[in-house]
Amino acid sequence: MYKYLLCWRYLRSRYIALASIVSVTLGVATMIVVNAVMAGFAREMQQRLHNILSDVVLESHSLEGFRDPEWHMELMQRAAGDDIERMVAAVHVPAMLSFQYGGRGEWITRPVTLIGIDDEAPEQAAEFRQYLQHPQNRKQFSFRLRDGGYDVYDHQAQDRGTPRPEMRHAGWTHRRRMAELRRAAAQFGRQSPDASSQQGAHDHRAAEDEQSSTPSVPDDAELRGGDTARPAQRPSRAARSADPFARGGTERRFDPRTEQHTGLVMGIGLASFRLEGTDRFLLLPGDDVRLTFPTAGTPPRAVDDTFTIVDFYESKMSEYDSSLVFVPLRRLQELRGMIEPETGIGYVTSIQIKLKPGRELNQVRDKLRALFPPQLYSVSTWRDKQGALLAAVHMETAILNVLLFLIIAVAGFGILAIFFMIVVEKTRDIGILKSLGAGGRGIMGIFLFYGLLLGLVGSGAGMVLGLAFTQNINAIADALGRLTGRPVFDPDIYYFYEIPALIEWPTVTWIVLGALGIAALASVLPARRAARLHPVEALRYE
Amino acid sequence: MSEAVRSTRSAAASSHVEAAASYRQTGRTASGRRIQLEARGLKKSYFKAGHEIPVLRGVNLTVQQGEFLAVIGQSGSGKSTLLHLLATLDGADAGEVWLDGMRIDNLPRRRRDALRNRKLGMIFQFYHLLPELTALENVLAPLMIAHGLWSWLRHRRSHVQNARRLLEQVGLGQRWQHLPRELSGGEMQRTAIARALAPGPAVLLADEPTGNLDQHTGAEIMQLLRSLNRQHGLTIVMVTHDLANAQQAHRVVRLVEGRIESA
Repeated sequence: MYKYLLCWRYLRSRYIALASIVSVTLGVATMIVVNAVMAGFAREMQQRLHNILSDVVLESHSLEGFRDPEWHMELMQRAAGDDIERMVAAVHVPAMLSFQYGGRGEWITRPVTLIGIDDEAPEQAAEFRQYLQHPQNRKQFSFRLRDGGYDVYDHQAQDRGTPRPEMRHAGWTHRRRMAELRRAAAQFGRQSPDASSQQGAHDHRAAEDEQSSTPSVPDDAELRGGDTARPAQRPSRAARSADPFARGGTERRFDPRTEQHTGLVMGIGLASFRLEGTDRFLLLPGDDVRLTFPTAGTPPRAVDDTFTIVDFYESKMSEYDSSLVFVPLRRLQELRGMIEPETGIGYVTSIQIKLKPGRELNQVRDKLRALFPPQLYSVSTWRDKQGALLAAVHMETAILNVLLFLIIAVAGFGILAIFFMIVVEKTRDIGILKSLGAGGRGIMGIFLFYGLLLGLVGSGAGMVLGLAFTQNINAIADALGRLTGRPVFDPDIYYFYEIPALIEWPTVTWIVLGALGIAALASVLPARRAARLHPVEALRYE
Repeated sequence: MSEAVRSTRSAAASSHVEAAASYRQTGRTASGRRIQLEARGLKKSYFKAGHEIPVLRGVNLTVQQGEFLAVIGQSGSGKSTLLHLLATLDGADAGEVWLDGMRIDNLPRRRRDALRNRKLGMIFQFYHLLPELTALENVLAPLMIAHGLWSWLRHRRSHVQNARRLLEQVGLGQRWQHLPRELSGGEMQRTAIARALAPGPAVLLADEPTGNLDQHTGAEIMQLLRSLNRQHGLTIVMVTHDLANAQQAHRVVRLVEGRIESA
């Protein structure tokens, strides 16, 4: 009984011991926060990845693709029909995206991954739709340009997004205005080659502020008056760029004010850049772009076509947002010559497979793998595809945990040292207790229990602190950001609007138990020493 | 006032039954009283820097039940060592210690601990109260040591009552919730005496109980000890270097060069 009373009194009167467990508290709190953030990060990333990638993908090794996706699907349906919810064929092909930006008609070219998706398929991945910028498109997607009403505020960012004012004009409004401007410019006579190209030669900023648009070219010419080479070059370049459109012009006059090319959905990162925390757009829905990609067949030739942007795709995974471009599957197959003229049977390069919930990914993958010769096809799960990324996150978590646990271990040595001091300080009391008939075990119990109590207080406080920190992590980050004048967590960099945090109770339990164990272990040696003190010497101790 | 002591003493007496068989062998003194505590040929040396320093060279001492014995000697004559040996806090190099007809110095450690807890009360020159505990808790300490958590919680009320009565008996009825540092030297020694009496011991071993007190307070403590001895028949062995205090005891022996001489 006296053990508990004395422990309790020691705990309340020995503040130095409490100081020694501050490191335990901080260690536990840090571990909880770090684990929560890492778990939240991993979960968020997995969700994103999983939403973007389908569960299992059957891919052809060749850009040519494989013939007759329906036949493949049937084969897979027969082999693993119970596990498969749905399958969608797609064509993936590397491509070059070109568009004109600015009144001067600068061409910008970027490498992209072109994906032909089947917009007819009603179940066309809900996961794909949810990342689009037009609310209507998120409900029912189509490759037709919308009149307007694109999101000005990021719909995925709750209430924290910064506005994208340029998106207000996106859609037909923007397209018509650009067409008018270009026509006006053509009539003005200075830029007829560019304007007749009916290509996205425009300045979107000018679209908001019409006055500056028209004079921008003369201004530029004057400014660069000394540079004679540039004006001289322009007509020839413009003529070159105009060339592919000649056929359009001969057959029928294409009116960009009322017509659109084939629709295209573009990763938002391809069309915008971040400047001081806001998104600035090079292109908007309604603008036209050119895509150049290889045809099927050997050797591949480059073909190109003009598309109209109908929406942006924003998954918040910059890897995808800055490389993916979606076009209608049928159109892409036509352009690439992936349709057999005699039978009308198409070729695709991949089949995305969505499994029924709760199915074992790898099991299904292995089942499907057995169906197709591995020389020609690869079957992989989304985890296989992004495994390295996920593994890296787990590895980071593990290493951080080891390091942080070392901090707690260091705290353990602090407790050890302080405990030795307390035992020395309490030598006489130990002698008194022994003279009153307390046994070595009882004395040892005092200090073991004391250590446990300190560990309990330390890790308990750490747990409370860590959980409170995790709960309010975004508020804390904001406050720190205001204090330092620099955002701690910059959504521009991480593509998360909030720091994701996920408290996993088993992890918390392990951390607290580990800290408790360390505190208890650290008190074993001092407690043994106390127990072995000779009562007479202890009594004489001054 | 006497009730508490009597009740604890009767409890102690009942636990003496086990020793009853053997105390016949130890015999009785001429006065007819039972021998309560006995030292037989106690030897003890300390080693310092490789030299053997003999402290006790064969101490024979007999303490009768209800006797108040004073052991006097100069500083360093081994008085405290003798007391520690009697209390089995330390082991002798040779010799035996008998309590109520039972040899106690060679018992296993846990039985010695229990014996010290229940039958041997100790008070010290420097009081040796636990500074974190109040006067009452200090008095309760030996009882807490004797009892586990559950049995303590069961008997807590009676223990506390008992301890309060003891504190009253030593004249600290109103100070029971004070910490040792809030008490004067005399009050601390009274608390220590109450603590020593709490389990109802057979013998009270006092190590210079007045050594750290002024004359007046020391006299009060001596008076308290004498009254405990007289009214409740408490056996007391007191070591001191103060002849004046020693003479208040029934019998005074002198410890000289590690041996007992009658004074």
